[in-house]
Amino acid sequence: MKPRQQRMLAVGLAVAGIAIATMLTLQAFKENMMFFVEISEVSQGNYPEDRNFRVGGLVVEGSVKRQTGKLDVAFDLTDLNNKLTVNYAGILPDLFREGQGIIAHGRLNDSGVFVADEVLAKHDENYMPPEVAESLAKAAAAQEAAMQAEQPAQ
Amino acid sequence: MWKFIHKLASPPHFYRFSAKIIPWFAGVGSILVIYGTYAGLFLAPSDYQQGDAFRIIYVHVPAAYLSMMAYSIMAVSAAIGLIWRIKLSHAVAAAAAPLGAWFTFLALVTGSVWGKPMWGTWWEWGDPRLTSELLMLFLYIGYMALRAAIDDTVKADKASAVLALVGAVNVPIIHFSVEWWSSLHQGPTIIREGGPAMPVEMLYPLLAMILGFTFIFGALLLGRVRTEVLFRERRARWVRELVLTGAGPG
Repeated sequence: MKPRQQRMLAVGLAVAGIAIATMLTLQAFKENMMFFVEISEVSQGNYPEDRNFRVGGLVVEGSVKRQTGKLDVAFDLTDLNNKLTVNYAGILPDLFREGQGIIAHGRLNDSGVFVADEVLAKHDENYMPPEVAESLAKAAAAQEAAMQAEQPAQ
Repeated sequence: MWKFIHKLASPPHFYRFSAKIIPWFAGVGSILVIYGTYAGLFLAPSDYQQGDAFRIIYVHVPAAYLSMMAYSIMAVSAAIGLIWRIKLSHAVAAAAAPLGAWFTFLALVTGSVWGKPMWGTWWEWGDPRLTSELLMLFLYIGYMALRAAIDDTVKADKASAVLALVGAVNVPIIHFSVEWWSSLHQGPTIIREGGPAMPVEMLYPLLAMILGFTFIFGALLLGRVRTEVLFRERRARWVRELVLTGAGPG
């Protein structure tokens, strides 16, 4: 083997070795690499009980209850399969709204309510002008109305 | 083709050739960035959720993409320099590091400024995308510190090349972090299944900015490589002729 080929082999093996080592490490810490826990996982009891953790989900439409004169707010989070009630006292981010994906940091109390000390809004990858969003919502509502109108006929 | 590359790898030829293409890169890049800035600020509609705050994307995304591109260039050049012992490619790696570090810094700062009003936080430890990008900033700084600590250029080239290659494993981690793990950072908008999740009025300025930033980065990189080459070849005859006559290559 020529010296140049030897060097090529050495560099190739070193990079491959580091890549595999990193992959195995990340695999081993997969749970810890997750920024938040899914609601379904919480329902199944797969969450850290002795420390704070984050849950992520969508805010259920119509579930946000505010107390007058206070910052206290209660709302339900869902991953479309399971629900979790969250209590929070503090300022909510701009993007917090019903139907929005959010992440709450805190812990589960004994009655199964998640008491959050921080609420973050998660933005998705979709960008569009307000008019487009409006017409999309209208189209969706029209479709739903059409489906409901069809059902009694059957 | 191979002849052209071989010729280009020789420092005097590179010095002459780069002087010709830098103005083109800088010119095309400036036009694209001027168009992208204007279109991004005035022509693109505001977002249905973020309002005008989304416009930071026109700096954040190009900066973040170039931070990874610069690292890739640095790592590949370092590998070529180690294997083929090409002096010019070590010079490219050394010249790419500070540029990459600045783009990383810019991506982190613009992301943070956007994150406070949108997410509700400047910074979240434990978010895989944020943390891996910060790690890359430290890798760049470590690379530059290592180079600065070794006086002998050949030794500095070798030691820093190894560091650049070790850190290269972080680049795909940054890219795929939002897909592999649950993350606060949103997923990819432009390159995704089903096409870009963005209307063309928003997308075209963004693409212009990405391309424009890339050309300007190219011009800056070539300029830095030129000074790096001059310093490394300071005892070579062509540099002496260049300095003495003022009419050497370039």
